[in-house]
Amino acid sequence: MRKRSFFPDSSELLAHSRRDFLRDAAGVALGSALVRPSWARAAAVPSKRKVVVVTFGGGARDQETFMPEGQENIPHLMSELIPRSSFFTQVVNRGILGHYVATASLATGVYETFNNFAAVSPESPTVFEYFRKDLRRPSSDAWVVAPSNGFNRIGESSHRSYGPGLGARVILPKRLLTAATSGGKGDYQHLLRDNYESPYFTPDLAGSEFELQQLEMILKLSADDFRTHAQALSSPDELSVYIARQLMRQVAPSLLWITLHDIDVAHAGAYSLYIEGIRRTDRLCSELWKAIQTEPEYAGNTTMFILPDFGRDGDDDASGNGFQHHRTGDVLSRTTWMLVAGPGVREGAVFDRAVDSTDLVPTLGALLGFSASFSQGQPVREIL
Amino acid sequence: MSQNDLKPERFAGYPPDARKVVTDHLATLQRLPLSFLPGLLRELIDFDYKFPAERRARERELAHLSSLPAAEWTEWFKGFQQIQLSKALEDFDWIKSPAQFVERLSAHLWASHQLDAFRQASNDYADRLRAAVPPEPPPVPRLGISIIGQGVASYDQPLFRKLRAHGAYYKHIKPEYGLRQLLDAVAIRAKAHPLPYGHWYIDGGESAAHDPTLTAISYSDLEPVRNVVLRKMQEEIDKPGMGPEALRTIMAQMRPSDLGMDKLNGGKPDEVLRRFEVSVLTEGSGTQIFSTVFAQWAAREALRRAQPLTLLVRFAPRQRQRPMNELLSTEARVPPELDPIGSLVDGDFAAYYNWLNQQRLPGAEQSCFIVWFEGSNQALAIGPTTPRGTESASVADLKQVLAWTL
Repeated sequence: MRKRSFFPDSSELLAHSRRDFLRDAAGVALGSALVRPSWARAAAVPSKRKVVVVTFGGGARDQETFMPEGQENIPHLMSELIPRSSFFTQVVNRGILGHYVATASLATGVYETFNNFAAVSPESPTVFEYFRKDLRRPSSDAWVVAPSNGFNRIGESSHRSYGPGLGARVILPKRLLTAATSGGKGDYQHLLRDNYESPYFTPDLAGSEFELQQLEMILKLSADDFRTHAQALSSPDELSVYIARQLMRQVAPSLLWITLHDIDVAHAGAYSLYIEGIRRTDRLCSELWKAIQTEPEYAGNTTMFILPDFGRDGDDDASGNGFQHHRTGDVLSRTTWMLVAGPGVREGAVFDRAVDSTDLVPTLGALLGFSASFSQGQPVREIL
Repeated sequence: MSQNDLKPERFAGYPPDARKVVTDHLATLQRLPLSFLPGLLRELIDFDYKFPAERRARERELAHLSSLPAAEWTEWFKGFQQIQLSKALEDFDWIKSPAQFVERLSAHLWASHQLDAFRQASNDYADRLRAAVPPEPPPVPRLGISIIGQGVASYDQPLFRKLRAHGAYYKHIKPEYGLRQLLDAVAIRAKAHPLPYGHWYIDGGESAAHDPTLTAISYSDLEPVRNVVLRKMQEEIDKPGMGPEALRTIMAQMRPSDLGMDKLNGGKPDEVLRRFEVSVLTEGSGTQIFSTVFAQWAAREALRRAQPLTLLVRFAPRQRQRPMNELLSTEARVPPELDPIGSLVDGDFAAYYNWLNQQRLPGAEQSCFIVWFEGSNQALAIGPTTPRGTESASVADLKQVLAWTL
């Protein structure tokens, strides 16, 4: 078969393509390995500094995003966020490409190897535990907003030196909604979709007293108000972002981790739904960035990280089925990107060097002032 | 369990043709590394239900392996020899259940960071095999046809964007009798080049009238089977401790009789096709709920496995997206709301995949492909003599476009 024009066979080629597309479209500059000047770090006092991490459960491929024909699907990233960010074109995930285990690996800085579908905690300490233990932060200062029941143990590890009591508080918006609707899901089913990984497996969501307590005590939302607002939303990720914004307003955690999942509808195989997921995620990232700029507790002192947990299969691997899954372990499915924006971060810079998925946690450690001692990664120096 | 356990009596549970092909090549199989052998057995255990093209390819592969000199053998399997297996995998009864072994091997490879090494070994093996045993060229150039957009009166976004660089875009097609012209052309080819499972018609909705010589499957005809599949899925999901992997294993073990297919079509037996249909519904993700996904996956699998000379795929509107639990429910309800525009977008991209998958087969340089927005005046044709990246202002019907392309 004739070689087609864009089927990169290495992460480096993929990274260069991304840089070229970005340079053409967004006019961003190629970054250098120079360490930023010291004045840039003074933008926020460490104790006031906040970090918001947004991960996608299931990436979007370049041909549906950064390539010329895909840019129509990410107008907010292209015109609003990337020009204000440092963009890393080559983030390689060398671990298991399952969403829970990959997100856990992002959160620990270690390639976790547990069963993706098991209800277990990560084995290595999470970023939340490092943050809270080293900096003596209360549990209210680290939160995770996660898409599905399977993520309810992402907040803290089973590590003997960390673990119970030192992790993040995890909020599962769909469980909240289930609790608020007392099991009567009638008008809210579109917000309760769960587990795109396999359409075979859709465990029933169950709410509890605890979730309702979270809603009223922490988010200051009555069940009625929550139900009313939820009716105006169109997807689970919109629900997650709504909850995240409420959390920012009411609790203002210094470390907030949001995992989006709408794009992963691609597993059902319908291309139009996958594209809808990309467009919605693009819009929601922009909304989160705008929320950071407008919330007094966050404006001017918050660094935002956006990165998919990994990619999706390329079209050229006959063992896969293109965009539908991430099972081949090919270059496209392993190589993704990262966008970093905030005070002191060099704007409009593109960095091509390979960054590892496990580099996120030590980078957050360097930013916030804790030591990610068990992480396998290295701090990303370009944003420190 | 080791390769030394490969003895004829261990294959008593295999169907007759599978048993014969395995026992005929027992000495060769005994030399294969354990990271490779169960994957081959997974294919051979279903030998009786494989399409002719698959059977020929496996027989040629085994014949070549049997004649491979020792030095080459070492080179061919060096990558697989280096894969470290767990004790649990070594103890597993991979003769009886090779598919389950392969599932566990996959999980082991991911968890032990050996997936890339296994992937490299597999690619190297495939390259060597392709060079040593070149795939058989088709007797006539292949023809793929995709028909998309059923139920959409007009659409103002550009179509066929992924394919335009490869062929000629027609914007003044006369749509009258288009479906009939395409089905007739397929039937003519089937009669001119008769070949078992050589000419296919896959419909994502209700089949149009077609020549009985075609191998035909449709989403509509399989509705009773889909309902049984969905019901069984729900039953399994409701069991305590059930997870996606266990469910996938159970699904993969389903047979036509488990799904009541022996009562369909007046009990007309075509076990090979029935098994193919079951695999589409049990191994494909989303094929049970979205007709566009069913059509794309069925086409992918037909091309990969049967290697047809002709494949016509007609996409139909799929149901609108709803919560997964609701999509999986088989409870009586009003007909689901359809999403014709979304289905057109699905079909447009799926047509690109149909073409890609056709181009993976031998004879790709001579293959032809046509995609038509059903009922409209837009089509695109790709063929060895079709100018690439061009746009035609010719007024023509699809019969004429076919004649120009083939």
